[in-house]
Amino acid sequence: MSSSNPQALLIPLLLAAIGALLFWAFWSGLTGHEGERLAALALERVPESGASNPVTSVLLNFRAYDTLLELAVLLAALLGIWSLGPAAAPYQRASLLLDSLVGWVVPMLIIAGGYLLWIGGQAPGGAFQAGALLGAAGVTLALSGRPNAGLPGEAWLRVLAALGTLVFALIGLTLMGVGLGFLTYPPALAKALILTIETGATLSIGATLAAAFLGGRPRAKRNAEP
Amino acid sequence: MSHEILLTQLLYGGAGILFFLLGVWSFISHEPLWRKLIALNIMGAGVFHVLVAVAYRGLDAPPDPVPHALVLTGIVVAVSATALALAFGRRLDREAPEHTSDAHGGVDDREDGTHA
Repeated sequence: MSSSNPQALLIPLLLAAIGALLFWAFWSGLTGHEGERLAALALERVPESGASNPVTSVLLNFRAYDTLLELAVLLAALLGIWSLGPAAAPYQRASLLLDSLVGWVVPMLIIAGGYLLWIGGQAPGGAFQAGALLGAAGVTLALSGRPNAGLPGEAWLRVLAALGTLVFALIGLTLMGVGLGFLTYPPALAKALILTIETGATLSIGATLAAAFLGGRPRAKRNAEP
Repeated sequence: MSHEILLTQLLYGGAGILFFLLGVWSFISHEPLWRKLIALNIMGAGVFHVLVAVAYRGLDAPPDPVPHALVLTGIVVAVSATALALAFGRRLDREAPEHTSDAHGGVDDREDGTHA
């Protein structure tokens, strides 16, 4: 950070100007409008969306397109990580105390993930939170020295990582095939479809996050380390 | 909209804007790659703050679900983008000649062997 004097002065000044502009925009965004907002529209149509939690309705019904692309972003990030090199060497196996704690924590994380996935239909929760918990379980396993973070072999890992995007896109295309719009769920089937997509997405997000933590392509042979 | 709600939104969102600016400052003025990454994540956290503040409707009204959905997916995408950037950093470290490898500050040194 050995910057010359004018630069050291210029950056804070510019940032203050940007900050003032942002704050003005934020202020006028909060106070300035009287027109119709998306919130009212979304809340009004939650009952026909297949999930009574408004956030889940937005995520998997009203803006399902967006969520599909976000899952694709996750997949692309993982492919990028895999293409940059092999995974880092596994950590040392943890000592007895941490090891037995991990034996308790990981099943709890998986159960909590399943709970969040189910409860997401009517209360805060859903695929992203559940997936994050599964990813955290994977990270815990990796930190305590399990090679591969408890993930399956590369062939199955590929299936898991692509599952969310695949299920999402297939359901969208099937709906298009039967004459509805892309990802326009028929209200009678909405709950089942959302749950299917969310299950696939949860597994994908969890596997992707844990695999991303390993930092590279899975090693072919476990413990194979020069 | 009551004043109490507006005040909460301004405090929370204002803090978010402050976070964002701190992140931008750190991103510009620090050389090592990992510091830039942390700065990017702080910028992201600031943006999430602002979005959550915009969604607030008071304690007894449901929040605007649209920004909440954006933040939810945004967090996961930000984490995976950070992981990708770290992988890039490790690759850069591996490719760089020995004497320059300090320039972007070793992002992760695990590949040299196991660490406790």
